[in-house]
Amino acid sequence: MIAIACQIALAIIGVCMLLNLYRLAIGPNVLDRVLALDTLVINAIALIIVLGIWFGVSVYFEAALLFAMVGFLSTVAFCKYLLRGNVIE
Amino acid sequence: MEMGMEASLQAMTQILIAALILIGAFFLFVGSLGLAKLPDMMRRLHGPTKATTLGIGAMLIASMLYFMMLGAFSIHELLITLFLFLTAPVTAHMIAKAHMLGDAATQAELSETPAGWATLKAPGREA
Repeated sequence: MIAIACQIALAIIGVCMLLNLYRLAIGPNVLDRVLALDTLVINAIALIIVLGIWFGVSVYFEAALLFAMVGFLSTVAFCKYLLRGNVIE
Repeated sequence: MEMGMEASLQAMTQILIAALILIGAFFLFVGSLGLAKLPDMMRRLHGPTKATTLGIGAMLIASMLYFMMLGAFSIHELLITLFLFLTAPVTAHMIAKAHMLGDAATQAELSETPAGWATLKAPGREA
């Protein structure tokens, strides 16, 4: 039962990532693209977690944690650059 | 008797895990659909920051229960949950600030405040 739920969830997450890529491609300005990238990272974390449950491997959580940190830092760096014209002042 | 109870407990845990995975996938889909379909930037911000965070929270709880059921309990999922729940509002705040600074139509709608809007003052730019 958990395997079937994982497969359905993987399909839904794939559709989610396609929607995010659509916003990333057409986004009218830069911030839409930053937001789409941030959501794409969150969906990637969900993908890793579901794969970890499906395979029964707990090693993938290190990757998920690293993705979470890198995604947050890159989004904040993008916003900081757009706000101040500089990342580290 | 003991064996039967344990088996039914395990079946219930499996149902709970599968339900949490599907709930998480549903909320991730709602957030991504909102990002793709809503008409303007400030409204689009709602989808990823609320629905998606809730969805990934449900998925992390499911994974924590699953590995607890396998007997390999770890606290990593709790770390990721805590980190994501702390950083999602910060991300949304930064994006909203950058949007307010860059968009003249949004600035025209802002109400007056006694001290002004700190967001609108950046070095090297006319506020």
